[in-house]
Parts: sequence; structure tokens; C-alpha cells
Amino acid sequence: MTNKYLSWTLFTLLLVILLVAASLLSLTIGEASISLTDIPSLLQQKESMEYFILTQIRLPRIVLAFAVGGALSLAGAILQGIFRNPLVEPYTLGISGGAALGVAFVIVLGFHLTIGMFMLPLAGFAGAMTTILIVGVLGFLRGGTDINKMLLIGVMISFVASSAMMFLMSITTSENLHGIVFWIMGSLDEPNKMLIQITLYSALAGLLFSYLFARPLNALLLGQEKAAHLGINSKTTIRLLFITASLLTGICVSVAGVIGFVGLVIPHLIRLIAGSDYRFLLIGSFLGGGLFLILSDIVARTIISPNELPIGVITGIAGGILFIIVLNQSRNKKRHGI
Amino acid sequence: MASDYLKIEQLTCGYGQGFNLRKVSVSLEQGALAGIIGPNGSGKTTLFKGISGQLPTKSGHIHLHNTSLSHLKLKEKAKRVAVVSQFPDTADITVEDYVLMGRLPYREPFQFFEPRKDVVIARKYMRLTGVYGHRKKYLSQLSGGEQQLAAIAQALTQEPELLLMDEPTSHLDITHQVEILNLIQRLNREMNLTVLMIIHDLNLAAEYCDYLIMMKDGAIHTKGTPQEVLTYEKIEQVYDTVVVTQTNPLSGKPAIFLVSENILKEIQAKYGGIQR
Repeated sequence: MTNKYLSWTLFTLLLVILLVAASLLSLTIGEASISLTDIPSLLQQKESMEYFILTQIRLPRIVLAFAVGGALSLAGAILQGIFRNPLVEPYTLGISGGAALGVAFVIVLGFHLTIGMFMLPLAGFAGAMTTILIVGVLGFLRGGTDINKMLLIGVMISFVASSAMMFLMSITTSENLHGIVFWIMGSLDEPNKMLIQITLYSALAGLLFSYLFARPLNALLLGQEKAAHLGINSKTTIRLLFITASLLTGICVSVAGVIGFVGLVIPHLIRLIAGSDYRFLLIGSFLGGGLFLILSDIVARTIISPNELPIGVITGIAGGILFIIVLNQSRNKKRHGI
Repeated sequence: MASDYLKIEQLTCGYGQGFNLRKVSVSLEQGALAGIIGPNGSGKTTLFKGISGQLPTKSGHIHLHNTSLSHLKLKEKAKRVAVVSQFPDTADITVEDYVLMGRLPYREPFQFFEPRKDVVIARKYMRLTGVYGHRKKYLSQLSGGEQQLAAIAQALTQEPELLLMDEPTSHLDITHQVEILNLIQRLNREMNLTVLMIIHDLNLAAEYCDYLIMMKDGAIHTKGTPQEVLTYEKIEQVYDTVVVTQTNPLSGKPAIFLVSENILKEIQAKYGGIQR
């Protein structure tokens, strides 16, 4: 028992150290390379160009990458738990599809030019919330919690949303088309400080709130019925956690666009390395997701510098390959009974 | 009174307009080892689910020691009633973590680590059920019988008064069937644990249970001791199958034999029917 807690603590510490290291690396790397040892003195020179780059460009990006990566990965861990399905990720439930449709709608109608910079995130959030409302209301009908139905409805909404979006894209101007595609690909380039703060605080709040349900989530590994026999109110647990995960995803998508794969791969990686106990899985996924997105962002910013790759390209390729490697190794381990 | 420990009165529950129990009433004494028997579709599982709370009560009452089960909070209920389902749980968790989940009803919402006491209790029941040696293994690495034992260990870790089991031995070989039923019998005697289980095998039901509830078409056909319930007339009425009953020479409990169609025809031809 104590062994377990010790390894969780060590693993958490390791993730925190890696996070700090990755953040420092991310501060130094870029078009203007800044040496790590110069950072303290540069932070004193508030008029310098480097000061501006560090505090106004790189630091906000790191914070946003941490918050979005953490929140998406946390949402993935929660959803995989309540749906008892390893293939569920935050976007399976149609949340990203709904958000993208909302954004596409606003771009096609040209509202984003007239109403202001908050319009796109708001449209994305509204689209995401509409999807969640539909999935939630239909899934929670008549006092039940039919998780399979919710899942299927979510997938269907994804299809409907993507078709509707293709329709919008086919009738609009190429300039708008570019805007939509650019948004869908996802980006951590967010100039608005307030949006970054909102994302960070909601991610942390989501983490704290979901921790109240760490034990119920463990019991749900055995199914709703068994959890009920162990005294867990599985309906309430599933509903509250579904709403939490959906809100987190909705916020991330509206601020940073569709950044795929984090929510699917990171919880699985943590599970393969440290086991399925949600008492660690939640914090592990959160930190791991943040770390993964900070690293992915470094690669996306530097690999074809001075241009920037969409971060979704990196998360997909790196995440997928990393996952296959770890999966292969841990399966071998299990088969040989180690 | 002791005989009213678990008291089910006029219970109806079921699946919407479909299958429903028809006003089932039955009482168990504290410390009883009771079995629910009956053919497929007779309402055994419906009754079981009604008691365990998986199906809501439509009318009637279930009282455990004078408290209504449907009014108990899930958590309070889980401290008193434990359920072992027919299909063993499988998840990627270790046996020890799995058994420890039996202490969930005793946790406070913010209690993050399990108290020392819970670990002691879980280990005690892992030793008792014989899965202690497997505690570091994953559930999925155990055999079917071991998974069933782990499930029983988890149920015992809840420290319940009433243990409900849905066909605890249905897919096991005779070694494990007897091992598990002997364990249940021992727990029943030594810990005064009241056990109610669905059991398909009539011979095992006769041998191990001291009270049997025989269901037919959503109602109780007969209830009583195995000697009272398992007569060939009643079995033939309920199961619509020809059987021969005798007495187990060692235990004195009824033993039930099935007869093949060929033999039945031969006997019919020779004697004009079974001479009882």
C-alpha cells in the first residue's frame, strides 16, 4: 500500500519537474533564441524586446498549452471512466464538431469582423454547449443514464456537424474558408490574456472538482450496477462528471480550436505506466497532458521556423507513435507476468 | 422476531409492462442460508434484483431488521447488504485494490487514502477466501473460480449482514463449486451472515441451503426446507421435467436424478410408467 502512494508521489514529482523543464525550454527556444541564464536579468529590463517576447508571447503560450493540455487530458480520463470505453475522448461526444460548426457559422456570416475578438470563442462555446445539451438531455431522459445512447448520439452529432460544416465551407468565399480551416486546425496563439486566465482557472477547478469523485470513478470501472452495490450513486456521479468534462472541453475548443489526441492518448499512457486508480490517474493525466502540449508546441513552433505548424499535426503524430510504443512494451510485460 | 429478519411483503417489481413479480412474500431468519430456485424465466433474477435494489419496488415492502430497504441510502444499504453478481468483475486493477473497494461505503467524501483498518479488514477476508496470495495480480489474470472468490472477498469486506449471490457457482467445475459453497456455508455458520442466493443446480441447492424458495411464473410456488420443497411432484410441476428423487445417504438431503427420454420410453414400455 505505502509502495503505491510512494510511487504516485514520485511520479507526480517527476511530472512536475518535467513540466518546469519543458516550460523553461519553451521560454528559451524560438525565432529569437534567449539563453536560460539571461532570463533573470532580461526580466528586469522591462523596455527590452526580449522582455516583451518572454512575458507577452512565450509565457502566455506556455500557460495556455498547460491549461488546454491538462484540461483535455483530464476530460479524456473522466469520460473514459464514466463511459467505460477506452476509445472515448473529449471530441467523441460531438463537442468539437458542435464548436467548429458554431465558429464556421459565425465566420460565414461575417459576424467576427463586426462584433469583435470574443465572437469566435463565444461562437465555439455556444456550439459546444448546444451539443452537450442535446447529448445530455437525450442521455439523461426519464431519470436514466444511458451511457451507450449518449455515446452514439455524440458520434451522430459529430457527423451531422461535420456535414453541415462542409456545406458552409462549400458555399462561402475562399477567404472565409481559410479562416475556418485555420481555426479547426487549432492554435495556441491566443492574444487575449483574459481567455487564457479563464482557461487556466477552469482547468484547475475541473481538476479539484473531479478529485471529489476519484473513488466513485474507481468503482465505476466495475460498472454502474456494481458501483451502486458499493454505495455509489452512479447516476449523480456520471452526470456531474459528464458536465465537468464537457465544460472543460468546450472551453478548450473555443479558445484553442480542435487540438486532437491529447485527451485520448495521455490518459492511456498514464494508465499504462501507473495503473487505473483514479486517485492518481486524474492528476497524472492533467500534468501529463500539460507537459505533452507544451512539448508539442515547442516542436510546432520550431520545426519549420520561422513558420509554425498547426499543433494538432504534432500531437497526432507524436502522440500516436508514442502510444503504440508504450502499449507494445506494457503488453509484453503483462504477458510475461512481470 | 428472528424469523422476520428479512421480510418481503407483497413485493411486485419488474420490467415495465413486461415480466413482473406477482406479489411475492417471503421471510428469512437471521443466519439463514437460503436458495432461490426455479426454471429460467420464473422470476428468480427479478426477485433478486428487487431485493438488491437494481429494480425499483412497484408495490410491497422489503424490510431488513425493521428498516425498509428502499428508504435506506445507497451508502447505508451497502454497509448492510453486499451483492455478488453472476459474472465476475474484470478490470485492470489488482485483487487487493478490488477487494479494498468493499470499504467504499465507509469512506468520507474527502478521504483520499484508505485507513490502515480498511487494509487490515481487506487482508483478513482475502486470507479467508484464499486469494491473499494473488493480491498483487490483476483481476484479469485470475481464473474464473479465483475471480469469484475475489468477488466474495470484496463483498465480505463490506462487512454486511446480508449477502446476496446470483448463481455463485454457475460456470465453475465441481472442485470450485464445492469450495465456494463450503466457504459460504462456513461464513454463514461462523459469522452468522444471512445468505440468499440464486442457485440453478438442485442437488447443490438441496445439499447446502437450509431454506429454499421455488419460483414459477413470477410467484413463489413452494418455500421451506429442501426436504419439503424438492419432492419429485413439485419439481415436475415447476420444471415440467421427469425426475427421480432419493436421499443422499450421508447428508440425508434430497438428491435429484434426471432421466433420459430413451430410458423413460423403455420404462413406459415395460412397466407402463415409473413406479414411485
